[in-house]
Amino acid sequence: MVPLNHYLILSAVLFSIGAVGVFTRRNALIIYMCIELMLNAVNLTFIAFSKFLNNMDGHIFTFMVMTVAAAEAAVGLAIIISMFRNKETVNVDEINLMKG
Amino acid sequence: MFYIIGGVAVLSALIMVTNKKPVSAAMSLIVVMFCLAGIYVILDAHLIAALQIIVYAGAIMVLFLFVIMLLNIQEKEGRVAKHKIFFQFTWILATGYVFINMVKLIGAGDLPARMEGNIDGFGTTRVVAEILFTDFLLPFEIASILLLAAIVGAVILAKAKIE
Repeated sequence: MVPLNHYLILSAVLFSIGAVGVFTRRNALIIYMCIELMLNAVNLTFIAFSKFLNNMDGHIFTFMVMTVAAAEAAVGLAIIISMFRNKETVNVDEINLMKG
Repeated sequence: MFYIIGGVAVLSALIMVTNKKPVSAAMSLIVVMFCLAGIYVILDAHLIAALQIIVYAGAIMVLFLFVIMLLNIQEKEGRVAKHKIFFQFTWILATGYVFINMVKLIGAGDLPARMEGNIDGFGTTRVVAEILFTDFLLPFEIASILLLAAIVGAVILAKAKIE
């Protein structure tokens, strides 16, 4: 049996990789993918704790996170499409209308 | 088995973050999703593993690939200004610091002890559904309203012109 620590460390590694991607990449689509990766890392933590505490509530939380991720992906990609239609780019550095 | 799947997941995640092409990044992300589904199976979360493959690897990633295809992006990310590289480096250092703190926290040994005994049918559809439709009925309904709002929002945002 793999100890709980190792699941948590895997989750932390995936979360950090996702965070690095969000901060360093400039393509809006890849930033979205990194956010999905971070959400997945959190899901892994929920499931691991759920198993080790012998409590099913973590599964419900994961279910809710998946729902929110699906809603977020749909709305976010629609925003990216309308943004691309206006500015012909998905580079977040060139999208600076709100910068003043 | 866990270590093999975990290693593949971390490698694919690294490929995803460093890859220039959005399509290759999406493919690596699908590999990560499948690896996580495998880990969920190891952790006896069978329903969540199936949902992970159907919802993430199926629905969300297909949506991503459709948008990549639709936008036909010419990647221009190669030329990054000098001062931006400095900012990126700073962000990587900051994230690394947070990561080190997370590992320290995990290694501190305050984790709860493993509970003994086993729920009958842990992680199966029947047990998850029983909890979902009794204790968590209100969050379930709110989630359905959230999805409805997301559908309407996505359609309105992606529409060409609003008269």
